[in-house]
Amino acid sequence: MRHLLGIDDLGPEGITDVLGLAESFLEVTRRDIPKVPALRGKTVVSMFYEDSTRTRLSFETAAKRLSADTMTFSAGSSSLRKGESLLDTVRTVEAMGIDAIVVRHRSSGVPQRISGWIDASVVNAGDGWHEHPTQALLDAFTLRRRRGPSFAGMRVTIVGDIKHSRVARSNVKALAALGAEMTLVGPPTLMPPDLARISGPSRSASWPVTVSYDLDEVLPTTDVLYVLRIQMERQSEALFPSLREYAARYGITCERLARLPADALVMHPGPTNRGVEIAADAADDPRSVINEQVSNGVAVRMAVLYQLLGTGGQVALGGAA
Amino acid sequence: MTDLVVKGGTVLDAGGERRADVLVRDGVVAEVAEGLDAGRTLDAAGCIVAPGLVDLHAHLREPGMEDAEDISTGARAAALGGYTAVVAMPNTDPPIDTAAVVQQIVRAGRDAACHVAVSGCITKGRRGAELAPLGELFDLGVRIFTDDGTCVADAGLMRRALEYARALPGAVLAQHCEDPALARGGHMNEGTWSSWLGIPGMPAEAESVVVARDIALVGLTGGRVHFLHLSSAASVELVRAAKARGLAVTAEAAPHHFTLTDSLCCSYDPVFKVNPPLRTDRDVEAVKEGLADGTIDAIATDHAPHPPQEKERPFDEAPPGMLGLETALALTLSELVVPGLLDMARALALLSWQPARLAGLSGHGGPVAPGRPAHLCVIDPEAVWEVDPTRLASRSRNTPYAGRKLTGRVRHTLLGGEPVVLDGKAQR
Repeated sequence: MRHLLGIDDLGPEGITDVLGLAESFLEVTRRDIPKVPALRGKTVVSMFYEDSTRTRLSFETAAKRLSADTMTFSAGSSSLRKGESLLDTVRTVEAMGIDAIVVRHRSSGVPQRISGWIDASVVNAGDGWHEHPTQALLDAFTLRRRRGPSFAGMRVTIVGDIKHSRVARSNVKALAALGAEMTLVGPPTLMPPDLARISGPSRSASWPVTVSYDLDEVLPTTDVLYVLRIQMERQSEALFPSLREYAARYGITCERLARLPADALVMHPGPTNRGVEIAADAADDPRSVINEQVSNGVAVRMAVLYQLLGTGGQVALGGAA
Repeated sequence: MTDLVVKGGTVLDAGGERRADVLVRDGVVAEVAEGLDAGRTLDAAGCIVAPGLVDLHAHLREPGMEDAEDISTGARAAALGGYTAVVAMPNTDPPIDTAAVVQQIVRAGRDAACHVAVSGCITKGRRGAELAPLGELFDLGVRIFTDDGTCVADAGLMRRALEYARALPGAVLAQHCEDPALARGGHMNEGTWSSWLGIPGMPAEAESVVVARDIALVGLTGGRVHFLHLSSAASVELVRAAKARGLAVTAEAAPHHFTLTDSLCCSYDPVFKVNPPLRTDRDVEAVKEGLADGTIDAIATDHAPHPPQEKERPFDEAPPGMLGLETALALTLSELVVPGLLDMARALALLSWQPARLAGLSGHGGPVAPGRPAHLCVIDPEAVWEVDPTRLASRSRNTPYAGRKLTGRVRHTLLGGEPVVLDGKAQR
């Protein structure tokens, strides 16, 4: 496996391999000296055209725990000057002698394009609305640690702005590939155009999901509630009348959490907008695994970097290359 | 100029098909018969000798964007594609909304490898607010008026333009159908692919609502409208119904809209980004049917060169547009004639004499007959060639067909009797 551009680069076996590896690396991160020499001598560059402190730090920590050298370019710093073309920037960076680029960009498809321009491995840390594969992997890992290795029959509901969510797309691909039953909930205006025409609740012909516009109806049969962030700017695009109305119809409140089965889990990719997609008191519900998601991120990213750059890692190639 | 004879081919024009040689003298066709000879011979054995193709829609980028293309390179590309006339679109910088710019382009076109007809804007600066000096431009020979690149979105203004143009005999208002509110923020066709790829989409309805509106305005005003680059099944259906009602509506389609679909955007390569966007299989089928049954009157390239650095940007940042002049004929032959959807005569009608008539270019589009200007193209319908972006005459490289094998190639192109393309090589 040369790149991780999206979940399809892995396939079900590939995902399972990464999750298994992540288990070992989780153990590493808990040692007194949480470091292994697996990627010693390798250089991993983060190019974050979109700001994201936590994901960037998570990747850099993962690289360092594997003894790789790291370099960082982030938006707003003079190292990513506006006007220098993407092509020139990545070629310049590659010329410095690097093994992998971890890239986040506001435009869908950028990691894929970059992979065609350079020899180094490319890891997608989030491209536009398209995919955020390591997020889905750490989410799957979190669920696996809580529920065991089988996802068959697990009922996962993702609620929120699916249309603009790379986290949703990657999670749909990853969890459905592992056997989970996926339901997407939100207002029709925040569904991808393809799904917005469905009269909910019903199965989509093109995505492996059921679509519903009624959150309360879906909650009692939800094993995992995955809550997406609502971006404040979306209100100005006539996608919903107001944040208040969104919160009333789709916000996660304590009342709504009470409708979930007692052993359900609540997840969120972070950062949360308390009071919008999740009420302040609801965010601290004991069924929330949000903090575990964050701490599992480093181990999962170590697994991904190891798969790409470590020698001797055998990977099952699944799906389209 | 020496006499020359185009020898050994089959002449095909609006009047039919016949085995004949074509004798050219002093820039005009002197004789069309078998067994002709002259001082100079152009071999047309196995070829079709047709009136030169006419493109209603090409962006030659001069003035203002000459790093992508200019009149000289664009005309050369056209001639290599079999075109003897091209209508230059007015979204230049400055736009073609004044006499001065018209004259500049006419001058630049004088030595070009094809005739460059100048189109004019419908509104000043293409800003969609005030009428451009349509009459003044008309007096300079402009016949096609369009804000192409942008839609005339104000229905009231489009109505006035349609009414006013009725006093300009032969003037055609050509609309780029794209409702700005419905298309806003979109970079590809809205549908299954855009949903998965995470790229904001433009629904087909952004095009068809304007088609429907302008058909209604034609009914209201008694004017005539020509629809540029139709891309969707809904639009084709609306035009079919409007023609059935006898309304003065015409339409064109670009080769990429009958050969490519939005699935290609999965590579995120902006070479596949175009406006109107590539759409679904169903839309492609509808465009093909429209070409076959007369709903669509012309194939027009919408040749839109962009320099490489522009098309190397992220998909949503790259400008839309594809090259088209050198591949249109071959795509028509490969995808429509060879599979039997069109015969050669209908293909040439769509590429040559129908667009010539729409553009008011009476010297182009044939017939191939004594006294007519010798604007001809000699087509080898069996030649197979591979599209190589580095070997195109255009200054730009943004063709979506790189590496594709096509059937049909221009061997010679004559402009006013002079070979501007000889054995597939540009002479000008």
